[in-house]
Amino acid sequence: MSSVLEQLVNKPYEHGFRTDIEAETAPKGLSEDTIRLISSKKNEPEWLLEFRLKAYRHWLTMEEPRWPNVKYPKIDFQDIHYYSAPKAKKKQSMDEVDPELLRTFEKLGVPMNERAKLAGVAVDVIFDSVSVATTYKEKLAKVGIIFCSISEAVHNHPDLVRQYMGSVVPPGDNYYAALNSAVFTDGSFVFIPRGVKCPMELSTYFRINTEESGQFERTLIIAEEDAAVSYLEGCTAPKFDTNQLHAAVVELVALDRADIKYSTVQNWYAGDEKGVGGIYNFVTKRGLCKGVSSKISWTQVETGSAITWKYPSCVLLGDNSIGEFYSVALTNHHQQADTGTKMVHLGKNTRSTIVSKGISAGQSNNSYRGLVKIGSKAGGARNYSQCDSMLIGSRCAANTFPYIQVNNPTAIVEHEATTSKIGEDQLFYFRQRGIGTEEAVSMIINGFCKDVFQQLPMEFAVEATKLLGLKLEGSVG
Amino acid sequence: MMGTGKTLLEVRGLTANVAGVPILKGIDLVVREGEIHAIMGPNGSGKSTFAKVLAGHPAYEVTGGTVLFEGRDLLTLPPEERARAGIFLGFQYPVEIPGVTNSAFLRLAYNTVHSARGKDELDPLEFDDFIREKMKLLEMDPAFLDRSVNEGFSGGEKKRNEILQLAALEPKLAILDETDSGLDIDALRVVANGVNGLLRPDNAFVLVTHYQRLLNYIVPHYVHVMQGGRIIKTGGKELALELENRGYDWVVDEYKSVTA
Repeated sequence: MSSVLEQLVNKPYEHGFRTDIEAETAPKGLSEDTIRLISSKKNEPEWLLEFRLKAYRHWLTMEEPRWPNVKYPKIDFQDIHYYSAPKAKKKQSMDEVDPELLRTFEKLGVPMNERAKLAGVAVDVIFDSVSVATTYKEKLAKVGIIFCSISEAVHNHPDLVRQYMGSVVPPGDNYYAALNSAVFTDGSFVFIPRGVKCPMELSTYFRINTEESGQFERTLIIAEEDAAVSYLEGCTAPKFDTNQLHAAVVELVALDRADIKYSTVQNWYAGDEKGVGGIYNFVTKRGLCKGVSSKISWTQVETGSAITWKYPSCVLLGDNSIGEFYSVALTNHHQQADTGTKMVHLGKNTRSTIVSKGISAGQSNNSYRGLVKIGSKAGGARNYSQCDSMLIGSRCAANTFPYIQVNNPTAIVEHEATTSKIGEDQLFYFRQRGIGTEEAVSMIINGFCKDVFQQLPMEFAVEATKLLGLKLEGSVG
Repeated sequence: MMGTGKTLLEVRGLTANVAGVPILKGIDLVVREGEIHAIMGPNGSGKSTFAKVLAGHPAYEVTGGTVLFEGRDLLTLPPEERARAGIFLGFQYPVEIPGVTNSAFLRLAYNTVHSARGKDELDPLEFDDFIREKMKLLEMDPAFLDRSVNEGFSGGEKKRNEILQLAALEPKLAILDETDSGLDIDALRVVANGVNGLLRPDNAFVLVTHYQRLLNYIVPHYVHVMQGGRIIKTGGKELALELENRGYDWVVDEYKSVTA
């Protein structure tokens, strides 16, 4: 059966085109000079340069983490471009954007212009680390919402950025967070003021276009008291034989009774079927439920990247705050994923839910790693975790590494895990009912991921379903 | 006995292996339209293997013989093509499919099979009406439609679900593999009524069973006894009763004395 199953997962990568746009790229290599160059290119205030340099100096003292269950050759950090920007000035409206770039996003299916209006999605587009265009800015500004690139926020809202940047993920948090803090070039900034429910989905599309360039974007989302926002991010990259590094930092801050929902569909180039090329996706995402009864919910569909190393986490500081993590991670060929979450319960009666679905096909390696930590003051805290793995074929691997630390006797922590395999008998059952192998696999996978897909906004759910189908084409048999 | 209908299935000298071990050692069987055949035999005689080989299970390797279905070479077709051509296998152990609702599964199967036969597909509303009607006949709770396929079903519920699929897909030839095993007497009656209600002049049933019990409710035209990968005796419905009373040993002895 391996032949049919295999054909099914081996659909070529659709977003592997490269756009010919003139880019202004800094020479390769990392030093204090590189950082000063980035900072001056972006006209940054002195405090931000200091923030970067401090992070860089800290980074120099750190070791690359070796504990994830992934294998890759040592990264040469001097062989990467740390700044690459499409040439020409920042545009005021979408009409002024380079048509070549618009065509790129057309190919990617990014809703912009008319389509954005129809879809009711505001989009910020990050192209090789630089924000290209943010739609709907004025409309959102009327209700006091700020949605712009982080570079703009640095200039226009420096107090907010200075107050919150690094408050959830400190510059020295981990190796890649420190690197990002030193060299980040752009990213998205969202601020939802007190009492405002954001009237539309906010969305960012990330694209790495230049070979040998790293993408280090930084996202900061702040929801004030009683505010609510749903934020989506999508990611793609062209095919290169070399590996590109993507080391992002995302920080979320929810004040009293605020609600932040953050959804990701990650489809970075995963390398070819022999494991050549692809993105190293080393990302730090963390949300702070700072206020009482606040809520942060992460939903991720991870299908791309040669290596994924990320743990979108919640720090539940406010009493009665809620953290959620819903994840589908699919690996095929030689992809490796070590992903999961951390739920850190600090406040009383804090609650968290973890639903993780790992699907491994080909010769891939898929690990769930999760930490549930209940602090000594977190009386009445509750966690429920469910980690399910599905194997397709017999050469892949799935692992679950749950870490549970409970320092309060009134807490309740539940963990459930299952492993299943799309077996010959399951497929035969479908086929005997007239349903072909591809449709059968797609139905089984979608059934398996249902609890997570239900959490995604409508359009994303449709996209995620299609994406999994494409990714698995040819893998079953 | 019947034997006047068109020939549906013609098996000649069929041999098959599982993991290199010969299980079927030369099966001959002809099934015509309007007929019910029972295949009986002790455990390990090859009954279930025969059923799965007809449906095209990839774990079984056909090593010889021919199988014609409505004159077409069945052995060259993948399992889904056989299903679309009108072969249905009622599973002894129906698999569970978490997260896939029974209604979605049934509708996809229905539309795939029926559109392959040149019929119109049904939209979800039309299909709902259609399937609820079938469920009534099988005394099934409509709540089944929203549950995941076979997940958490009792043994009896799984078998009823198989018969529901049979009713929906309207095959030409239904092979029911130990459908009676694990059924209490009420469920057995419901399943048997379902099958009896589905027999038409232009279709046929092959019942693979270990016990005579099912044949009290579904009366076969032919009873075949399998042993050692072959059909060693064929008779009418009275053969089943004789097997019930006397066991299988005498048939085996009789066969040995003839072939010795």
